[in-house]
Amino acid sequence: MKNLLELKEINKTFKIKGTSDSTILENINLHVKEGEFLAVLGPSGSGKSTLLRIIAGLIPSSSGTVSYLGKEIKGVNPGVAMVFQSFALFPWLTVLENVMLGLERKKISVEYKREKSMQVLDIVGLDGFENAYPKELSGGMRQRVGIGRALVSEPDILLMDEAFSALDVLTAENLRRDLLELWLDKKIPTKSIVLITHGIEEAVYMADRAIILSSGPATIIKNIDISLPRWRDRKSPEFLSYVDEIYSIMTKKKIPMTEMLVQTKKDLIIPSVSAGALTGFLELLEDLNEKIDLYKLADRFLMDMEDFLPLIEASALLHFTKVTEGDIELTEHGVEFARATVLERKKLFRQQLLEHIPFVQKMINILRSKSNKQMNIEFFEELQSQTFGEEIGQKQLELLIGWERYAELIEYDDNKEIVYLEQSV
Amino acid sequence: MEIFTKSLTKRRFSFTDIIIIAVIFIILYIILKLSSGMNIPFVQGDHLNIDLSPLMLPYYAGRSLLRMFIAFFFSLLFTFIYGYIAAKVKTAGSVMVPVLDILQSIPVLGFLSATIIAFMAAFPNSLMGVECASIFAIFTGQAWNMTFSFYHSLMTIPKDLEEAGQMLHFNPWRRFISLELPISAIGLIWNGMMSFGGGWFFLAASEAISVLGEDIHLPGIGSYLAVAVESGNVQAMLYAMLVMLVMILLVDQLFWRPLIVWGQRFKLEFSEAKEQPDSFVYNVLYRSFIMYWLYSHIFAPIGIFFNRCILWFFDRLEKAPHTYVSINAGYFVQRGCKVFIALFLLYELYAPAKEAVFMLYDIGFNDLYQAFIMGLYTGGRVLAALFLGALWTIPVGVKIGLNPRLSAKMQPLVQIAASFPANMLFPFFTILFVEYHVNFEYGSILLMMMGTQWYILFNVIAGAMSIPNDLIEATEIFELSGWKKWKSLILPSIFPHLVTGFITASGGAWNASIISELVSWKKYTLTASGIGAYISTATSAGDWNGILVGIAVMCILVVLINRFIWHRLYYMAQTKYHVD
Repeated sequence: MKNLLELKEINKTFKIKGTSDSTILENINLHVKEGEFLAVLGPSGSGKSTLLRIIAGLIPSSSGTVSYLGKEIKGVNPGVAMVFQSFALFPWLTVLENVMLGLERKKISVEYKREKSMQVLDIVGLDGFENAYPKELSGGMRQRVGIGRALVSEPDILLMDEAFSALDVLTAENLRRDLLELWLDKKIPTKSIVLITHGIEEAVYMADRAIILSSGPATIIKNIDISLPRWRDRKSPEFLSYVDEIYSIMTKKKIPMTEMLVQTKKDLIIPSVSAGALTGFLELLEDLNEKIDLYKLADRFLMDMEDFLPLIEASALLHFTKVTEGDIELTEHGVEFARATVLERKKLFRQQLLEHIPFVQKMINILRSKSNKQMNIEFFEELQSQTFGEEIGQKQLELLIGWERYAELIEYDDNKEIVYLEQSV
Repeated sequence: MEIFTKSLTKRRFSFTDIIIIAVIFIILYIILKLSSGMNIPFVQGDHLNIDLSPLMLPYYAGRSLLRMFIAFFFSLLFTFIYGYIAAKVKTAGSVMVPVLDILQSIPVLGFLSATIIAFMAAFPNSLMGVECASIFAIFTGQAWNMTFSFYHSLMTIPKDLEEAGQMLHFNPWRRFISLELPISAIGLIWNGMMSFGGGWFFLAASEAISVLGEDIHLPGIGSYLAVAVESGNVQAMLYAMLVMLVMILLVDQLFWRPLIVWGQRFKLEFSEAKEQPDSFVYNVLYRSFIMYWLYSHIFAPIGIFFNRCILWFFDRLEKAPHTYVSINAGYFVQRGCKVFIALFLLYELYAPAKEAVFMLYDIGFNDLYQAFIMGLYTGGRVLAALFLGALWTIPVGVKIGLNPRLSAKMQPLVQIAASFPANMLFPFFTILFVEYHVNFEYGSILLMMMGTQWYILFNVIAGAMSIPNDLIEATEIFELSGWKKWKSLILPSIFPHLVTGFITASGGAWNASIISELVSWKKYTLTASGIGAYISTATSAGDWNGILVGIAVMCILVVLINRFIWHRLYYMAQTKYHVD
C-alpha cells in the first residue's frame, strides 16, 4: 500500500515577543497509508491541533515537509477535507447550501452539485433536513452537516479535529458508530481518516493505529497498532489492555520529566488546576484508599483526559501523589493533607509549594527583601514571560498567584496590580 | 448571490402586488424627476429661489432625501473599500485605523466652506458642485461609524469559519460574499441606521449656507426652513419640521425596519433570541408575488451572472497553486512600498503645509491665542451641555430601562428623536431667546443639548436594560434603596454605556457648536463667543485665515479631549465596570 500522506521532520516554532521562540512540534515523522484510520493522541496543549493544521496546509511548518501523493504541498492540501470540533457551519446558509460549499471549486453544473449534495445528506442521515438552518438542528446533526460538507468533495483523506468532543456522550457514540460504518462498508470513497483526539477509548475504538504525542514540545513518543477485529467491544480484556497501555504511556513519560526538572531547580510549567480542584481530587483519592489504575479512576469520576491529566500532574508535582506504571497513590503528605482541617491544609500546601516550586520561593524571597513587602505584578510577569513567553507566562503567574493566595503566602490587589506578602509569612 | 434573497418562495398574485408595482414605478419616476434638478446651470452669484408654498415641500423633501441616499451609497462604498483594505493589509491598517479615529472625532462641518469651493471648482457653471458639497457633508457624517463597524467585523471573524473557508478553497470573492459580508451585515445595518439618523443633521446644516459672502440655498428642506426663518414665516417653519418628521418616520418604516428584520438571518449565535424584530413592510414584501417574480426573473439571474463573471475572473487569477497566506518573500517589496507611500505623502503635503504655516505666521500669536480662548469657551459649553443632558437623562433613562415593557416602547421613539436634526429646532428657540432677552452665552448651551442629549438617553436606557436581574434581586434582598442602590448597583453598571453616550454626544456637540453659537431670526442675530461662532463668521465672510485657525484650534482641542478624557474613561469602563 502506498503512502497517501507523508510528514518529514516537521518542526513548528512560534515566535513570541521578548523571548526565545517556543517550540510546539519537534521532529515529527509520520505517514498515512491508503485504507488506514489513524488516531493522534496527546494531552491538551500538546500541539495536536497544530499538527493537524499543518497537515491540512492551513499553517506552514517551520521546517520539514508535508507531501500528498509524493508531492510536497505549499498551501491548503488538495487531498484533504476537514471536520471541525466547533462544526464551523455558516449559520446563514441552509444545510444543503452548507454542503454545496464543499463543491464550490469543482467545475460542475449547479444542478449536479445539488444532486451530489443531496446524496451525501442521505448518506450522513440528514435527508429531509436539507432546507433547515443549522440553528434548528441539534449538536449531533450539526456535526453530521460538517461531516457531509467534508465528504461531498470526495477527499482522499478526512481530517477530524476532536470532531466528537463538543457532543454529549450518547450523541457522540451514535455518530462514531455511523461514521465507522460508512468507512468500514466503503460507502464513502475516502481513502484514509486522521482523527485528532484526547479520548483514549475513542482512539482504541475507532482507529487502526494510534500515535501518541508528548506535551510541550510535542514529539511522537509511541506508535501503536491496534489490531483488534471490528466491531470492537469496549468491555473486552483486549480492548481494556490497549486503553491501559496508552494511559500508562501518556502519564509515565510525563512525570519523570517534571521530576527531573524539579531537581535541576528550573522553572517548570504548572498544570492548569485550581487549588480547590486539587483539594477535591486528593480527598477523593483518600476515600478510595488504594493504589488504582489511572484509566479506572478517570472512568469512575467520569472525567475527561483533558481535565484529568493536569490534576494528576499537579498533585505529583507537589508530591501529594506518586504515579508509577499507570497507577496512582497518595504519598504521606497527600494522606495528611486529605485528612487535615482547612487551616492545616493551607499550611501543608504552603510547605509543599515552597519546597517543590522554585518560582514560589523566588517570589517570596523578592517580596521579603523589599522594605514595603510589596511588588508590582508586572515584575513577576516579566520574569515568567522570559521563560515561557508572554501568553503562557501570564497564565502561569495567574495560576501560581491563585495557589499562593490559597496557601496564604501572598495577597494580591487586582485593581492596583500589586502583590503583597502575607503578614504572617 | 442566493444567500441574500433566498427566503422568497412561491406566492400568488394579489391586490397588494398591484400596490407594490405602483409604488415601485412612483419611486422610479420620482428619482428621475428629482435627479434632473441636480445638474441645472449655476454660476457664483446666482440666486436660487426657494418657494415657501407648502405645495413645494414634498419636492424639496424629495431632493433632500435623494441627497441622503446618494451620500449613504457612497458611505457604503467607502466602508467596503476602506474597511477591507484596513483589515486585510496589515501595514495599511496600522495607519488607516488611527486616521479613521481622527476623522471620526473632528468636526466636519467646519470644513464645509473649503469643500464647497473645491466642488464648485470641479463642476463649473453647474449646481452639481454645491450639490456634491452637501452630499459630501452628509457622507462625512455617515461613513466613519460604518467603516469602523465593518472593519471590526472583519477582524473578529471566528477562527473556525475562517479556517473552514480556507479548507473549502474560497477565493477572495467567494470569501467576501459567503463569509465576510454576511458576518458584518448586522453591524452594518445597525450602524448604517444610526449614521443615517445622524446624517439628517448634516443635511439640514449643509443645504443652506452662506459662504464667501454669498447665500447659497440648495433646493431642499433645510433651505426651505432657512428661508422661512429669514422671512420670519413661522407657519412655513412648522410645515418644514412636520415634513421632516414624516420623512424620518417613513424612511425608518420603509427602509430600515425591513432591513433589520431581513438581517436577522446573519446572526452568528445558534440560539434563537426571545424577541424578534418585526416589520409590517417586510412581511408585505415577503408575501408578495411581484417581489418573488422580480427576484427570480430579474435580480437572481443578474446576481448569478455577475457572480459567475467575478468567480471566473478570480479563478483565472488563481491558476497558480495556493501558497501560504503569509510568506516573507514580499517583505522587501512591502517595505519599499511603504517608504514610497510615505515619501509621496510628504511631497504632496509639503506645499499646503508650507502655505498653512505661512498663513499662521501672518495671523500672529495674539489672534491664535484669542482663537484658543474661544475654543476653551466652546469646550466649557460642550461639557455643560453634556452635564445638563446627563442630569435629566440618567434618572429618566434608568426608569425606562428597568421597565422592559416601557423600554420596548420608548427605544424606537428615542431613536427617532435622536435622528431628528436638532438644528431644525434652533429657530424656535431663537425666537424665545429674542423675546425674553436670554443671555445667548448660556442659551447656546441649550441649543447644543437639543441634539446631543438623546445619545446619552439612548445609552443609559441600554445600560439599565443590561443590568443582570440577579443583581437587582440581590439589592432588594439586602434592602438597598435610594442613593445606596444608585451607588452600588445602578451607576457602576450603566457607566460603560454612559461613557459611550458621552463620547457620541460630545462629538455631536462640537459639530453643533458651529451652528449653535450663531443663530438669527429676522433682523436679530445672536452670537455667543466661542470657536463655533468664530468659524461660522469666518466662513460667511470668506476669511480664509480665520477658517483655518478656527478649524485647527477646534481639531486640536477635540483630539486632545478625546485622548485625555474620553479614551481614559472608556478604558476604565471596559476594565473596571464591565458587567458580564
